[in-house]
Amino acid sequence: MDLFMNIASGICLLVGSFLILTGGIGLLRFPDFYTRMHAAGITDTLATSLVLTGLILQNPDALVILKLVMILLLTLLISPTASHALAKAAIRSGLEPMVKEQKDNQESK
Amino acid sequence: MRDTISLSITLALFWLANSGHYNGLLLFLGALSVLFVVYIAYRMDVIDHESQPLLHLTAKLPAYCAWLIKEIILSNIKVVKHVWLGKQSIKPALKTIKSNQVTDMGKVIFANSITLTPGTVAIDLKGDDVLVHALMEEDIAALDSGEMDRRICHLEKP
Repeated sequence: MDLFMNIASGICLLVGSFLILTGGIGLLRFPDFYTRMHAAGITDTLATSLVLTGLILQNPDALVILKLVMILLLTLLISPTASHALAKAAIRSGLEPMVKEQKDNQESK
Repeated sequence: MRDTISLSITLALFWLANSGHYNGLLLFLGALSVLFVVYIAYRMDVIDHESQPLLHLTAKLPAYCAWLIKEIILSNIKVVKHVWLGKQSIKPALKTIKSNQVTDMGKVIFANSITLTPGTVAIDLKGDDVLVHALMEEDIAALDSGEMDRRICHLEKP
């Protein structure tokens, strides 16, 4: 049982770390502010959840698990709010989202 | 009154879960801080049915959460794929969609769920219109009066 928990937790941590890396790479690769925000979304949601799940599986203490679950829930509530605030501030200050590529595609069709 | 009591109970449980020390002095200080926070909330006039928004939809919430987790995982995989494929593969789009929720809380859940799923971000909310930016054009079409909207409307019904 202990071995199983360790393996499960290891897999969660590994996949979570890979997703955080992917989020970072997406942040660098995507062309404009709004698309970069979507890449950050990976880190915000599934990556954090998986890392925290991995930590929960490592720890037998109920109180610690409760705290980790609380962190998870708060992250899931806070990160979309922060993304929304960022996006709204950007659009209010006149930053146009890049939709040119899409028009080009339609024209070429 | 009912809202004040339920806020106090929630705060007390939150304190107990976070503390882990249960001797007399600390419990006393905890009770004091709970009372202080309730007093501040009372002075700020923020104690109403919205300070405990989940109370009336708690029963329906788990099913929605399970569905949302599934959606988050699926759209995560999609966005990860586009990150590794590079920027040629994405088709960003901006569009206004309609939300059919009646209550403020329903709209908040809708907008937050949109932002929580990677690939779509709710930028602005005016009345019934939600301005959405998406990594892929077809994601917006799926949101417009789609399954998420329907499920949250169901969540709202008493």
